[in-house]
Amino acid sequence: MTPLVLSALTATSCIGRGVSQTLATLRAARSGLTPCAFETVTLDTYVGEVAGVDDTRLPAGLEEEFACRNNRLAWLGLLQDGFAEAVAAAAARYGAARVGLFLGTSTSGILDSEIAYRQRDAFSGALPGTFRYRGAHNTFSVAAFARRALKLQGPAVVVSSACSSSGKVFASAQRAIAAGLMDAAVVGGVDSLCLTTLYGFHALQLVSAAPCRPFDLARNGISIGEAAAFALLERTPGSLDADAVLLLGTGESSDAHHMSAPHPQGRGARAAMEQALTAASLGASDIYYINLHGTGTPSNDEAEACAVAAVLGPAVPGSSTKGATGHTLGAAGALEAVICALALREGFMPAGVNTRTIDPALEVNYLLENRAAPLIRVMSNSFGFGGSNCSLILGRAG
Amino acid sequence: MNPTPLSAYVNGVGLLGPGIANWAEGADILSGRHRWVSAPTVLPPPEGLPPAERRRTGAVVKLALAVGLEATRQAGADPARLPAVFTSSGGDGQNCHEICQVLASAERQLSPTRFHNSVHNAAAGYWSIATGATPASNALCAYDASFAAGLLEALTQVAIERTAVLLIAYDASYPEPLRSVRPIPDAFAVAMVLAPDVGPAALGKIEAHLSGAPADTIAEPLEALRRAIPAARSLPLLALLARSGAGNAVLEYLDHAGLVVTVSPCR
Repeated sequence: MTPLVLSALTATSCIGRGVSQTLATLRAARSGLTPCAFETVTLDTYVGEVAGVDDTRLPAGLEEEFACRNNRLAWLGLLQDGFAEAVAAAAARYGAARVGLFLGTSTSGILDSEIAYRQRDAFSGALPGTFRYRGAHNTFSVAAFARRALKLQGPAVVVSSACSSSGKVFASAQRAIAAGLMDAAVVGGVDSLCLTTLYGFHALQLVSAAPCRPFDLARNGISIGEAAAFALLERTPGSLDADAVLLLGTGESSDAHHMSAPHPQGRGARAAMEQALTAASLGASDIYYINLHGTGTPSNDEAEACAVAAVLGPAVPGSSTKGATGHTLGAAGALEAVICALALREGFMPAGVNTRTIDPALEVNYLLENRAAPLIRVMSNSFGFGGSNCSLILGRAG
Repeated sequence: MNPTPLSAYVNGVGLLGPGIANWAEGADILSGRHRWVSAPTVLPPPEGLPPAERRRTGAVVKLALAVGLEATRQAGADPARLPAVFTSSGGDGQNCHEICQVLASAERQLSPTRFHNSVHNAAAGYWSIATGATPASNALCAYDASFAAGLLEALTQVAIERTAVLLIAYDASYPEPLRSVRPIPDAFAVAMVLAPDVGPAALGKIEAHLSGAPADTIAEPLEALRRAIPAARSLPLLALLARSGAGNAVLEYLDHAGLVVTVSPCR
């Protein structure tokens, strides 16, 4: 594929609002996970909750139609790092109809429906009159909101393939730009805490009572987080700063195995990583660091370790940043792509925090401490329910 | 830069909806050979899934499997080797309702199966399990524009990856109380095998581009169906394919954008 430049990027999660705070937390190897006090949830678990989401006001005129936690988190994220301004500049340069929008989310504004079901009319069963379906609950609501908030008129879509959603938006956007459907694309992921995922992963016995410890011998589940992360993709101009970050390759596959468990040997994960290498015309030795999907469940980390060892070999340094951010589900692909871009720009590999004793059965070079190193190309994995896999390769321009 | 033409042969179609059991019936109705009589959509049992999985599937999985298999059979294509694009405005409404009910109860004892079936890509996941399909699959949503958004993604893959792609668009209704805020009356699904090369049973060649034109309507009584179910926004295109003719259909997409699809005979 023809490389694209990430001309603007931003991330907001429990480890920071915007890239400066995110980078500072990663450099300090701190976790943003805290004991769960979200809404009325009574589960014994840790979450990566973003502070100040409910206090964020949507832009004028959009509050009535789009108010929900997921869209507030999206807007909070878009306001950081001058991202919305960069999108406006791209729209001015190319025309609003030539800028596309590809966002990933798994649960959208479902929290509003969960709460509304507690407030149904005792007699008729109706939802409260203030309830919105289209602007909140519907899977597309975050893109409908962002398209209006950013004043874009190009193609827009939500990819909702569970935890691979916002990795896959990079692949779809890349194809759409290559086909000439648009000149630039806003890609990203937004997922916010809700009861469906907290109680759902709990029902599957996949939630840890402690902060998650990916690749640890004692790992016993995920910690759920929330995030909004975005990048602006454009064709590569004639000259680029050396620390500009490029999207070099994408790979997507299906496990065809099980709805909620990965293929034990990571068959689909391997295929996605191999395709990303092929798309980027690179070999395994070209990858300097891998940001693992690394959720912290026994089976996910085992399957991913198998796949990484098979494709990249056991020596490539890797870590999961979910110990810091929690598993931000449909936002994880974009959040971790932004973290990879920061790693490339700053020349450092983030440690997998919380993890103490690496599981010796996992053949990976897992980083327990931050490591400074000039990075040229890195890979990021995102895998989801339904056996949906995505790998991205990002690299420095020089 | 000059855009790549977004074109493909429609090598197979699958269709299921109210009073329409398959593409052959749908083509007779859309071409005016038969009158459409509205009747509740009949969902066939989910083919290809092991018994344990079969019991766990809801309407959207049955819809997707039925039309996807019909389209791939018609095209003579191996479903296991096709990348697939799934698109739906809302996913499994019944399952979503059950989850919201449980979460509103004191115990909040959610079933693990309900939870994994709640993902928007549930149909994509079951499809890959049923058919053994390991290529990429996508799961999209664009509210009422979901069909056009899916078609755009599928045609882009055909153009850029030079591969055949299976598009599956489906919608099912929500029960009350969500039905009042999202009144989709019944289930509807359509699948198309879209390919860079003409297949033995190809129905036509399509080419798509964006425009500001408003979406086409079709003759009543089917117009009511087109408006009521997002996946049925495909009907103006299906009507052209059913008549084996040449022409344009403008499909509903987003504000400021319609998707113009030009159909031409393939031989």
